[in-house]
Order: sequence, then C-alpha cells, then structure tokens
Amino acid sequence: MDVALTGVSVEIAGKSLVRDLHLEADAGQVVGLVGPNGSGKSTALRCVYRALKPSAGAVFLDGTDVATLTLKENARHVAALTQDNHTDLDFTVAEVVALGRTPHLRGNEALSARERELCREVMEQTDVLHLKDRSILTLSGGERQRVFIARALAQEPRVLVLDEPTNHLDVRHQVELLSFLRKAGLTVLVAIHDLNLAAAACDRLGVLAGGQVVAAGAPIDVLTSGLIKEVFGVDATVVSHPSTGVPQLLYDLKEKA
Amino acid sequence: MTERVRLVPVLLILSVALVVSIAAGIALGATVIPIGDVLRYLQAALTGGTITADELSGYTIVWEVRTPRVLLAVLVGAGLSVVGVVIQALVRNALADPFVLGISSGASVGATAVVVFGVFASLGVYALSAAAFLGALGASALVYIAAMSKAGLTPLRLVLTGIALAYGFQAVMSVLVFLAPDGQAARTVLFWLMGSLGGANWGSLPIGVVAVLLAMVVLLRNSRALDVLAMGDETAASLGVDAAGLRRWLFVLTAAVTGLLVAVSGAVAFVGLVMPHLVRILVGSGHRRVLAVAPLAGGVFMVWTDLVSRTLAAPEELPLGVITAVIGVPVFITLMRRRGYLFGGR
Repeated sequence: MDVALTGVSVEIAGKSLVRDLHLEADAGQVVGLVGPNGSGKSTALRCVYRALKPSAGAVFLDGTDVATLTLKENARHVAALTQDNHTDLDFTVAEVVALGRTPHLRGNEALSARERELCREVMEQTDVLHLKDRSILTLSGGERQRVFIARALAQEPRVLVLDEPTNHLDVRHQVELLSFLRKAGLTVLVAIHDLNLAAAACDRLGVLAGGQVVAAGAPIDVLTSGLIKEVFGVDATVVSHPSTGVPQLLYDLKEKA
Repeated sequence: MTERVRLVPVLLILSVALVVSIAAGIALGATVIPIGDVLRYLQAALTGGTITADELSGYTIVWEVRTPRVLLAVLVGAGLSVVGVVIQALVRNALADPFVLGISSGASVGATAVVVFGVFASLGVYALSAAAFLGALGASALVYIAAMSKAGLTPLRLVLTGIALAYGFQAVMSVLVFLAPDGQAARTVLFWLMGSLGGANWGSLPIGVVAVLLAMVVLLRNSRALDVLAMGDETAASLGVDAAGLRRWLFVLTAAVTGLLVAVSGAVAFVGLVMPHLVRILVGSGHRRVLAVAPLAGGVFMVWTDLVSRTLAAPEELPLGVITAVIGVPVFITLMRRRGYLFGGR
C-alpha cells in the first residue's frame, strides 16, 4: 500500500508545525524521516495515523484520501508506534498486544484462535513472548517499546508508522528491529534520529527542517556533508560502509574556543 | 501480577458473598432479627403471605426499613465502584474518584440550598435529592464547558478544572452554611456530605437501579475501548478509537450516574477510589474483568460499611464517609506503597 502526504500543513494554536509537506512512500518501501528536534517529523506522522487532522493538504493511502475513512477503517491499514505510550494500569504484555486487534473486532468480540496465534507470533518476532504474563509496568523501557511494536504488528497493518522506534532499545534490538522492517514487506514510515541507522535501514529519506521537506531521495543522494551542516549544524564526513556500501556519517567533534 | 485469576469463580464467590451480606444486613442492627424470621417476612412481603399481629414490628423493620436500605447500599457501592473505574480510565489518573470532577460539591451546594433556604419545598421529602441531583448536573456541565478546548476534553484539563471548581462550590456552600440561622443546618449538611443511607425507602431505589444497570451494560460492551483509552489518545487513534468522542459520552454517563447516587446517599467517599484498585489487584486491569467484578465487590463492601455505621454507636448513626475513610485510607496507603502496582515499581 502506498502512502502520500501532499501539501500537508498543520497549524495548532496559531503555530505552524508543518507547512506544505510533500512525502511519498511506495508500497513496501521503508521511508525515513530525519531532522532536528521540532522539525515536524512526529506531526507529519500523526496525520498518517489520524491523531491529527491536517489544516490543509491531505494524506492518501493507495490514492484514497484518509479523511474519507473512519478512524477504524484507517487503523485496519495503518498501525503506529507513538511516543505517547504511557499507562498507569498494569495490563499484562499479552493483553496489550491483543489490543492490536481492536480495529478488526466489533466491540467486545473475543479474539479468534487465529488471532491468538497471530499475537503469539508477533510476540515471538519482537522477542517479548517470554514476558507475556508480566505487567507492562514492570518492564524496562526497551522491553516496553518492543511490546508496543508487537501490538502494532498484531494489527496486521499494510502501513507501519513508527515514531522514534529505536528509543530505549539496546543496539542489538535496534539492529534487529530495523532489519525486521526491511524484510517485513510493509510500507514503513519511520522517524529516526540516528542518521547512520536511517541510512542503513531506509530505501528513501525525507529530511525535515522547519516543518518542510528540504531534501528527499535515496540515502546516498540525500546524506551529504553540506546538507548535514545546513540542517543539523554539525560537521560530518560521509563515508561508504566497507561491506554494504551505504553512506555512513563520521562526526567531527570540534573543540569550541 | 503474573497469572490472572479465573474470572468465573471470582464472580460466583462474590455473588454468594453479596447474597449472604444482604441477608446479614437485613437481620443485624440495633434489633437483631433471626434469619428464619427475616426470610419468612420477605416471603410474606413478596408473595402476599400473612403474618401475626405481634410480628408486625419485626416485619416493618425488615421490609420497610432494612431491606430498602441494604439494597440502596448495594446500589451505591456497585454504582460508585463502576463509576470509579470509568473515571480513572477517563482522566487517565489512578488517583481519580467519582467526585474528582466537582460532582459532589455541586450536589452539596444544591442540598445546602434546600436545608438553608428551603428551596424546592413543594417537592416535599424529595427536595433534597432533587436539588442535589440538579446541583451535580450543573457542576458537571460547568466543568465540561470550562475544560472543553479545541483538542477535546483532555484528561489533565478535566482533573484540574474539576478540582478548581470543587473549591469554588465548597466556598459557596460554606457561605450558605454561615448565613444559615441555626446550627442544625450545618449539622444536617455535614451529615449529608459524609454520605448516609438513612434516607433509604423503596421510592429511592428504582431510578438509581435502572441507571446503574444501564451504565454497567453499556460499559461492559465498550470495555475494550476503555482499555484502549488507557493507552493514551494518540495510541487510541492509531487503534481506530476516537478518544475525544469516547471521553465525551463517558463524561455524560458518569456525571448522570454519580448525580443520581449522590442525590440518594450523599457523597460516600473512598468506595469509588479504592474499589477499582482492589479489583484490579485481584483480577488485573482489563476493563472487561474489572467492570464485571467491581459492582459485586463494591456492593458487598458497602453493605458491611453501612452495617458498621448503624451498629457501632447505636442508636446513633455514624456518617458512612467516616467508616469508608477508616477502611479506605489505610488500604489506599498500603496500596500505594506496594511496589510494582500503580506506580510501576520504577
């Protein structure tokens, strides 16, 4: 399923968070959103999973304007890992993952045998099956992050939206998650801070600054020292990964006088 | 929390406990009536049997006084527990109770106005209840309007607005009591504020029973949406649940049920705060399980609380709020201090 944000603008309380943003992801592509804090990555993603309504422009799924879909219809296609993942209630891991089936069920309809098996599979994929009876409140940040990813996968989405999915994850789980995204066959929109992981994991990158896309394309075309200096204000040398050939950044820590 | 206990045995045990509690609540009191007589009087009342003349006073106590009172206790305990569960999900705050949104202080203003100024005098014995209900609805409406923003009813705004307005209502009530000509008004108001089932009669039951049953059915059918709501608004949207819309109708539902309960029993504290937590510890946090168990547990709790309140210092009757606080405060503090529950053991 392909996703297109066309001319999306979001204004909240008179502040423009995203202005005339254009971004496309073809079916099965992993598209990364990178940019400094406050550049509008999360805001753009919120419009895709419908937590926000654009004040102008539209989001299209396979050419259908999402504004014409109900939240529930949208959620059958698009799953999200949000940054607003906090609860006071001690649900078990299995209960949280099962909530991923919500958009596919009517009201309180029970999960079918197939759906319970699906929940088990996604917990295995995200390496949380051994935690299934634990309270979500007793998990570490990284474990919890993986539980929420499992819940998103239990939704059987065709588009996966991930807002900073590698936050709190140790390096092994970061690499595992991103390799999983590469072979999952889903259209993925992912906001990510680590430019090297982004370059390795994404087919395309959209670089955001000040609520607009300032560059978009394959990582090798987008990640140049000039752009990094301009957008992030840091000096970096771009090298090619010796075995995979993807561009990687080496940062120069300059002593400030 | 590891293994979840099975739901059906818990429900069965609590149902039996509720029946036993109701029987005990009817039999025990200032005058103890043997359980055999209680059952006979109840049967006589329900099937139109006959009793002898010297049994009349016992019959009156059982059927006219204690039975409606015990049933009201069940209703109030069950209702406040269910509302507590919903309010805590609604404002995403484990410390919320049914009165956090200013409902009880609004009701108090209404009731105080009746006691002090005799408004609604034409309604006779129902004046207090009617005024309290209107006060509760008025307070809820004010909180709703004041908390409403473009982003809908956000949890934190709701709580803060409720607390702020509750102070306002309390100030109004204090002024009313201060202006009242005699101390009796203050005493009546205080007793009513602490909650009491002393005003129970058959007439005070039907509306509340219908409202609480209706709320329970509606909520049980939406328990998965409540689970989703507890995960946060953004996540709710990504799971296809409109958090703002859900919160709106939950607010209206809880305001109406709480208003009705406060109108017949005053503001009984702690039940709506503690019961949801106790039930969650027992059966986990999934709302389907919590909403099934909470009304039974709340009903049992309230029957015994009421029994203590009317027997401990008999013939004087202690305010219900005192008893619930004596039980509720230590239980709640113990709960809070338990690692791994509520505040995550982090």
